Amino acid sequence: MTTTAPALVDYDEVVARYEPTLGLEVHVELSTSTKMFCGCPTDFGAEPNTQVCPTCLGLPGSLPVVNRAAVEAAIRIGLALNCSIAPWGRFARKNYFYPDMPKNFQTSQYDEPIAVDGWMDVQLEDGEVVRVGIERAHMEEDTGKSLHVGGADGRIHGAEYSLLDYNRAGVPLIEIVTKMIPGTGARAPEVARAYVTQLRDLIKSLGVSDVRMDQGSMRCDVNLSLSPAGSGVLGTRTETKNVNSLRSVERAVRHEMQRQAGVLDAGGAIVQETRHFEEQSGTTRPGRRKETSEDYRYFPEPDLVPIAPSAEWVEELRGTLPELPWEHRKRIQEAWGLSDEELRDLVNAGALELIEATVAAGAPAGEARSWWVAYLAQQANARGVELAGLPITPAQVARVIALVASGDLNNKLARQVVDGVLAGEGEPDEVVEKRGLKVVSDDSALVAAVDEALAAQPDVVEKIKAGKVQAAGAIVGAVMKATKGQADAKRVRELILERCS
Amino acid sequence: MSELIRLTAHELASKIHSGEVSAVEAVQAHLDRIAEVDGEVHAFLHVATEAALANAALVDEAVRAGTAPASPLAGVPLALKDVFTTVDMPTTCGSKILEGWRPPYDATLTARLRAAGITILGKTNMDEFAMGSSTEHSAYGPTRNPWDLSRIPGGSGGGSAAALAAFEAPLAIGTDTGGSIRQPAAVTGTVGVKPTYGGVSRYGLVACASSLDQGGPCARTVLDAALLHEVVAGHDPLDSTSIDAPVPAVVEAARIGAQGDLSGVRVGVVRELGGEGYQPGVRASFDAALRRLEKLGAEVVEVSCPHFEYGLAAYYLILPSEVSSNLARFDAMRYGLRVDKGASAEEVMAATREAGFGPEAKRRIILGTYALSSGYYDAYYGQAQKVRTLISRDFAAAFEQADVLVSPTAPTTAFPIGEKVDDPLAMYLNDLATIPTNLAGVAGMSVPSGLAEEDGLPVGLQIMAPALGEAVMYRVGAAFEAARDADEGGPLIARVPEVAK
Repeated sequence: MTTTAPALVDYDEVVARYEPTLGLEVHVELSTSTKMFCGCPTDFGAEPNTQVCPTCLGLPGSLPVVNRAAVEAAIRIGLALNCSIAPWGRFARKNYFYPDMPKNFQTSQYDEPIAVDGWMDVQLEDGEVVRVGIERAHMEEDTGKSLHVGGADGRIHGAEYSLLDYNRAGVPLIEIVTKMIPGTGARAPEVARAYVTQLRDLIKSLGVSDVRMDQGSMRCDVNLSLSPAGSGVLGTRTETKNVNSLRSVERAVRHEMQRQAGVLDAGGAIVQETRHFEEQSGTTRPGRRKETSEDYRYFPEPDLVPIAPSAEWVEELRGTLPELPWEHRKRIQEAWGLSDEELRDLVNAGALELIEATVAAGAPAGEARSWWVAYLAQQANARGVELAGLPITPAQVARVIALVASGDLNNKLARQVVDGVLAGEGEPDEVVEKRGLKVVSDDSALVAAVDEALAAQPDVVEKIKAGKVQAAGAIVGAVMKATKGQADAKRVRELILERCS
Repeated sequence: MSELIRLTAHELASKIHSGEVSAVEAVQAHLDRIAEVDGEVHAFLHVATEAALANAALVDEAVRAGTAPASPLAGVPLALKDVFTTVDMPTTCGSKILEGWRPPYDATLTARLRAAGITILGKTNMDEFAMGSSTEHSAYGPTRNPWDLSRIPGGSGGGSAAALAAFEAPLAIGTDTGGSIRQPAAVTGTVGVKPTYGGVSRYGLVACASSLDQGGPCARTVLDAALLHEVVAGHDPLDSTSIDAPVPAVVEAARIGAQGDLSGVRVGVVRELGGEGYQPGVRASFDAALRRLEKLGAEVVEVSCPHFEYGLAAYYLILPSEVSSNLARFDAMRYGLRVDKGASAEEVMAATREAGFGPEAKRRIILGTYALSSGYYDAYYGQAQKVRTLISRDFAAAFEQADVLVSPTAPTTAFPIGEKVDDPLAMYLNDLATIPTNLAGVAGMSVPSGLAEEDGLPVGLQIMAPALGEAVMYRVGAAFEAARDADEGGPLIARVPEVAK
């Protein structure tokens, strides 16, 4: 092993002389309420070792039972990725020793995955579409978590001791493996990111996982190799793990391309190995060597019966597939008359779903959009949270919009109601009640206020009577002042004109 | 010696339920017997005196209150093979690696025994993780055969069988992976039943080979075995391989059989399970058994199962393969023995497994690891699975010609302790006739057929039936037992010599 790594090659040079081949393996933790093979809960962040039982601890004598909800989710993911669903398949045992694996084998699908041979069309920012082939999607169980204490960098090497948390052990995972993705050239990093982004959106739309890369419920391994341009010879690949954000996917691909080109340019050979992505530096470092490729001694899991989804069940599940997120967006874009840029802004701000939910709760699209991208976006910004993290629901926003439409609130009051909801004062109607924010709509009270204002400004009354209708503005202002802004300005104007006619 | 210990479970239960004998008295008589002879026999690894008396007291209370007994066997003491988990007793599987382990959960079978009001006297000795045919591979020393204390009681369930033959318990539970219930029954002059695979829950049965293991009843009479069978059998949602079908009516079948009429029943003699390799006295006893079956009205036919000759070889690939994976969990990380030698988790695992497993367990782990390794899988495990299919087909064809199949249970009578312990191949041959039923998942039982002329030791008759065909098997077994006992002037077990102290 060389001690000094060859220098990175300039990216433009890399793509001028080499052709990258990508492969992506994405693990998705399903959000089933119970684990893959036992009834333990799967809540994230629970006290260590509180969501365990004999089965997920692998205690002697314990046995697995397949979680039907997880199979259902796997089939739906497979169908959404245009895969064929295997009519019969077994789980296998993947045997290797590791302290966070309670049985020292992982129950996983091996040569009989539930979904095979699909594809997804990935759209890049400029509209170019790349079809990514899906090799397979299979079910497996997650391992526990190790916390290595006392070492320099949290790795097992050099640690004084390790703590083990088995809450995650047995949580259902779906691993989605692409076929080799050749021919992406300079756009390889972008394609990788777009694929993972789109896969995340797709799975989210299925409602089977919260796909949070930051919480590890979606994890990505990047396989990459380079071949000299035009050679047609596939290079040796590396597998980069620990790629924990969409941005990292892009950076990891880019870095691996530049690093591998450096090694090749220097006359070296790429070592087939697992590498780890370093978030800080944006580089990869070697992990476990795969010189003697690990022998997992797979064999069919004898403790489980085969999974044999009936054709009827598969079709029934196909019927539950939602509109694909990108098709859905296109439809929304047309319905709302958005430009590509406007749509992208909404998506990036995480506003699209909130607006849709607000519309679904009865609000007109325009108003819903304007609330979320303007006032609520400001509030989120001020609080340093995501839009979705604001303590207000789309239904509450829709209610505020409805109160404005019915004339019960004006825009200024509406913002105060929203402030109240955000401050935890309850539902919009409660805030209206408590803060006394209702527009004065009682005509007799308004008429009195209008008459008072008219009496105070007889010269204006003369002007109005002379046909200078716009002069009414001064009276409106006076009435609004007198009613502390709670009057409906439109109604006030009407009354003024009535009284002066 | 108290006469209570000589009663069958059925007789003892009647006396307890009628109030003639208290369950406490019955348990105490057996505890006294254990105290008296188990120093010589060493059938038990753990005796649960207090828990046993407490359970008996509850049964007596119910009897006094006039409550219906929890089951036909409520109050009857039982010896449980130390491979089923028990919350109130250690579970060692005859291994140092689990010395002192107290499981946090009861096996389904354990729970069913408790719910039936059966008193668990304690846990019985066994070959380590049920691997062996002599109980010499227990880490806690061998069990001795009550017929001749210098001889083996069979294995792996030698403890359960010896407990019955020494009148330490009228009922016992064993597990049968390749003959571990039937061969000990044969060499101790007792009755042992391997139910159909999936007939009795494996949840909480510490696995030897998952696709072969089956728990089942051991007793001194066929009726007692049937009564116990109906307590422990039946679907368990915690075991995916458990059969969701009604338990065959084996008690009724045993009662019908005891009336001594087998007319209309076709008994198939498996050509490949006779001839060479069987001790003369075993063959003579088997021939006599066939004549007796004919006298009972059965039609005896010869059937051929040509692939049985490959059974042993296939078994010794499948079993070690599953063992190598099942036993991987014993790694010192969470429970059981821990040898703190070395700085890394891997070193501690290796040191613990080196110290904790005996030679037979290690032999099979190594065999299985090899058989599953990449490049050998197809030649070994794959081929063995094909043989398994062929053996199942042999059974299917044979069961078209016969309702039950018969053979000698074991090729020899009990051999001297130490004779084969260093000759694994000779040891493995003990299970030649019992292995095919495990490979095919069908049912089998051993009933005493007589004593071998040359050594005066018990010989067993094996009766095999199709999956879920236990009723006809019990019927034939009970008919044979009744006829044998009538011809010979009493049950074979009455001739077991008193344990020399």
